[in-house]
Amino acid sequence: MLPIFYRHRLLSPLNLCSSVVEKSVVPALELRAIDKRFGTVHANRSLSFAVAPGSIHGLIGENGAGKSTLMNIVYGFHRADSGEIYVNGRRVDLGSPQDAIRAGIGMVHQHFMLVENFTVLENVVLGVEGGALLAGGLARARRELEKLACDYALAVPLDTVVSELPVGLQQRVEILKALYRGAQILILDEPTAVLTPQEADALFNMLRRLRDEGKSVILVTHKLREIMAITDRVTVMRQGVIVGEVATATTSPRELAEKMVGRAVLLRVEKKLAQPGATLLAVRDLEVRDRLGVARVKGVSFDLRAGEIVGVAGVSGNGQSELLEALAGIRLPTRGSITLQHHDLVREHLGPRERRALGLAHVPEDRLRMGVVSNFSAEDNAILGYHDRAECTRGGWLDRAAIRKACEGKMAAHDVRPPLPTLRISAFSGGNQQKLVLAREIDVDPRVLLVGQPTRGVDIGAIEFIHKKLVALRDAGKALLIVSVELDEILGLADRILVMNAGEIVGELLRADATEEKMGLLMAGVKSEGPA
Amino acid sequence: MSAPAKLPRWAELGLLPLINLAAALILSGVVVTILGESPWAALKLLASGALGTQEGIGYTLYYATNFIFTGLGVAVAYHAGLFNIGCEGQAYVGGLGSGLVALWLGDRAPLLVVLPVAIMAGAAFGAAWALIPAWLQARRGSHIVITTIMFNFIAASLMTYLLVNVLIKPGQQSPESREFGANAFLPAAHELFAKIGITFSPSPWNLAFAIALLAAALVWVLVWRTRWGYALRVAGQNQSAAVYAGISPSRIIIQAMLLSGALAGCLGLNELLGSQHRILIDFPSGAGFVGIAVALMGRNHPVGILVSAVLFGALAQGGAQLAFDLPKINRDMVVVIQGLVILFCGALENVFRAPLAKLWPGRLARSPQPSGGTPVPR
Amino acid sequence: MEAYTLIVLTLAATIRVATPLLLAAIAGMFSERSGVVDLGLEGKMLGAAFAAAAVSAATGSAWAGLGAGIAAAVMLALLLAFATVSQRGNQVVAAMAINIMVAGLGPTLALAWFNLGGQTPQLDGPGQRFTSLVWPWAGTAAEHPFPGLLYAQLLSGHNLIVYAAAALVPVSAWVLFRTRFGLRLRAVGENPHAVDTAGISVTGLRYQAILISGVLCGVAGTYLSTAASAGFTRDMTAGKGYLALAALIFGKWKPYPTLFACLLFAFTDALASRLQGVALPLVGVIPVQAILALPYVLTLLLLAGFVGKATAPAAIGVPYAKEK
Repeated sequence: MLPIFYRHRLLSPLNLCSSVVEKSVVPALELRAIDKRFGTVHANRSLSFAVAPGSIHGLIGENGAGKSTLMNIVYGFHRADSGEIYVNGRRVDLGSPQDAIRAGIGMVHQHFMLVENFTVLENVVLGVEGGALLAGGLARARRELEKLACDYALAVPLDTVVSELPVGLQQRVEILKALYRGAQILILDEPTAVLTPQEADALFNMLRRLRDEGKSVILVTHKLREIMAITDRVTVMRQGVIVGEVATATTSPRELAEKMVGRAVLLRVEKKLAQPGATLLAVRDLEVRDRLGVARVKGVSFDLRAGEIVGVAGVSGNGQSELLEALAGIRLPTRGSITLQHHDLVREHLGPRERRALGLAHVPEDRLRMGVVSNFSAEDNAILGYHDRAECTRGGWLDRAAIRKACEGKMAAHDVRPPLPTLRISAFSGGNQQKLVLAREIDVDPRVLLVGQPTRGVDIGAIEFIHKKLVALRDAGKALLIVSVELDEILGLADRILVMNAGEIVGELLRADATEEKMGLLMAGVKSEGPA
Repeated sequence: MSAPAKLPRWAELGLLPLINLAAALILSGVVVTILGESPWAALKLLASGALGTQEGIGYTLYYATNFIFTGLGVAVAYHAGLFNIGCEGQAYVGGLGSGLVALWLGDRAPLLVVLPVAIMAGAAFGAAWALIPAWLQARRGSHIVITTIMFNFIAASLMTYLLVNVLIKPGQQSPESREFGANAFLPAAHELFAKIGITFSPSPWNLAFAIALLAAALVWVLVWRTRWGYALRVAGQNQSAAVYAGISPSRIIIQAMLLSGALAGCLGLNELLGSQHRILIDFPSGAGFVGIAVALMGRNHPVGILVSAVLFGALAQGGAQLAFDLPKINRDMVVVIQGLVILFCGALENVFRAPLAKLWPGRLARSPQPSGGTPVPR
Repeated sequence: MEAYTLIVLTLAATIRVATPLLLAAIAGMFSERSGVVDLGLEGKMLGAAFAAAAVSAATGSAWAGLGAGIAAAVMLALLLAFATVSQRGNQVVAAMAINIMVAGLGPTLALAWFNLGGQTPQLDGPGQRFTSLVWPWAGTAAEHPFPGLLYAQLLSGHNLIVYAAAALVPVSAWVLFRTRFGLRLRAVGENPHAVDTAGISVTGLRYQAILISGVLCGVAGTYLSTAASAGFTRDMTAGKGYLALAALIFGKWKPYPTLFACLLFAFTDALASRLQGVALPLVGVIPVQAILALPYVLTLLLLAGFVGKATAPAAIGVPYAKEK
């Protein structure tokens, strides 16, 4: 019996910035003891942070670390509950984006704030048109922008409609907007999420130019490669706290990965050694494109075998969601095959209902968006996807008595509290909702179970229960595919691990061979052959 | 995102609508006062006119029958997440269907045959009128509100043409068809009561009321007790969850609209076969729009719809009495009250929600979606 | 010659019928461009028609009527704005409610104040209506078919509001595309988040748009009761508000195409009365109802995507809520 260690997430703030900022240089931006709560979530815990002028400063951390909240406070979207902000040594009160703009802070959001059918010029001047009549203001803006384009290599065709521009150029428009308004401090939130590698490089060149001209850039990202490529300093956040701040030149991706993932406290959960059997699901050369035609899953191939848990690890946004949806029948792949029970699910155009009939069950990543109907009762949610099965019907009608009884049974067997089938699902805690969804998908005795983020938004007690259920399913000879952004979860559950990055599987490891560092590097897109 | 405060279920379904209704009535009272009459007298006349006499009750239920059909139609579409403004046109064309059957079979076959055929024809014609807007929404994404409004107008043009040129009784001026054969007359309620020895004042209240009740029961069973109804409600609440569950939203849209049109199409049974005994111009006279109010107030549930329909029927009948008795008020006052009720129970329904929720502190919404009430326009 | 005169007269009638449509359609354009569905055009026009006729009858001045008409429509517009923008209520339901309420309120008040069964008194006094403005030498010009008749019938002889409506088209195009206000208005209908991040008030812009819509609907309604007719009668808008909306959609929410759509729809109306009972070569007698239904069928074809694409402002119909 190989005991595996169950990881708890505890925090151990390391090296808080002490002598980071040299006393002789006034920081372009300084945050002191910024604290912010959203209800029960403590998004930012008394953070102190400083950015030197004429530098590129990275802010890195996993999803939910609190980076976006912090930057939204700097941009005036939210007000911090406590703490102070200083720009060039002067205290500022940032109650709205207008205040931030006036203080010289500009932000390029992850989701662009552009009016699709306006030209670039119109988008840039929106809000600072310079007069009631457009003509004069537009002419002035045009001259200004042409100058900026020269100075910072930020050429964009001013009279093209934004929707016709490639994403890389759209982003440049956002940057121009900020510069046009006199931003000295530029915040970029996950800027390369939508860019091709070439566009990302062009962006980096632009940022270097900006830095050389004396501007300060804050790069918010979870991609280590970018941090190492262009930042001067980097601050690491985890669960609302700053866990480290170093000069980029003195650190390594491994060190940063360690800080991002964090220390752990161990809890034991027993798990037998896996004994994989026949291949139940075979995926070959799968390609999935999104609405804009960008490939999100590229040439993915793997097998799922009975009695085995395969974990798909990776930072979110690297194609795992699209992969899961393609396997479940919600998204259509553009190429490749998925074989289940001798049926090619892709070629035969089998949808979710047919896949369920073949023994494929799916616990979706986004429970509230897809896995439950918020206004429905628990018992009505317990039959979602299975409402035309014999167990739910009698003589063509829905058998409400049977449905209720089945729900009660599920709730008892899976410890769903409170055990009230008629209660609206939105009244249940996240953990209990997830337990019910899991119960729904497990109790039909599937051959293959796809699970996305099994414990997202789930409390500690329910996590352990859910993990036990998944392992039990494996021991009963089922094949499981678990997608999770939580490294601990993958390391705890999986027998075999696939790591996805940029839509491809960049590594396959047996659990025994997987270490946190190896995983972190693969997840961050750093190939193991490169210099550490 | 500010989530609307949650109220306990009884307040959500009973108290809040009542408060909204009261607000509408109070404002109507203001209008009445402006007109120079006493709002109290008006209210008393309204109530007594609608429910104070047997004849009044009969008329109330006769009006209510129309509203039940259109209310059910709007509600079914709403459960699929659609705003069907076209019940007026669907009722109009549906009435053509049942009217044609009445004209054709009224002299030839017994009521026992005429009635089911008329019901099927009315439903079929009404459904057909809803088909194209449904298809346009499902396959082309054309906004169903606009397309159904267009179809309302086209229905009016079509029916006017037919009544003036094709169906008109030869030799007469007014655009109506000839009278149906006697076998196509739905028995009036007072006639049915007389058969079992109860005297009841004559009124247009007729057998179609029973059909409406049956329709309400059928809708209840269909939407809450069948697999299709389950799929309908899932698709209307959450399209992503529907796709996840293997339900096709576009197919549900078309099916729901067909059913919606079919229900509205049964209005002709009450109005034409049950009361007027001929096809005439603009016989729905706004029932399609009142149906929207009925469905909203009744929270899109058959029981609520029945209650609201009777309420609006009472308003219609009471309003007629009001117009008769008070010289300064005419039937248009009823329309004003209808408009105010729709305004308060529909668009302004959240105005009183927040202050009311203060009576139950600590009950903040957990889910980000508002409960029941106004549909999200597609 | 007969045919030529007939055509010119029909075109002149078209211009007059198109005027209220155009005013209402441009009103709707401002509102919808800002992201608020404007199904209440019907009710606002009707309310204005009643107020204008009532005040004109009471004061003897059409100009006072115009003021009252605009005031009435603006009040209704504010009510709509409150319900949909501030209270984030459903835009369709609110508009329907207003339409129904006004349809009843007009005749009700008319009965109480004028005791004429729900209509206002005939406006027959001097100055109570907007009368035709005859341009110089129109009389003599009319005797010469070309171009005299065109001058006499098409250009001269319309009332003030018609000319104002015609001028409105270039003015609204200018406002929409050449001013700061227009830029922001169009932006808020496409992407209110972008506008919000730029520090501009989404609510403020939408209220302004709805107010403009109210003013223009006020003029449209006033035209109906004090220029096109001589008083207010029950349901006198007869669906023109929806027709104007259809014209707006057909005109893809742009001023000049909307003008074209309004003229087209008005033409079918003028044509309908002239073609009644007239047998055309090849097709015989076209039922008048078919011609009257034509605007709606055309709009449907457009919506179905068969006559080009109608892309509404992207954010239309969705009450704006600050994210995150």
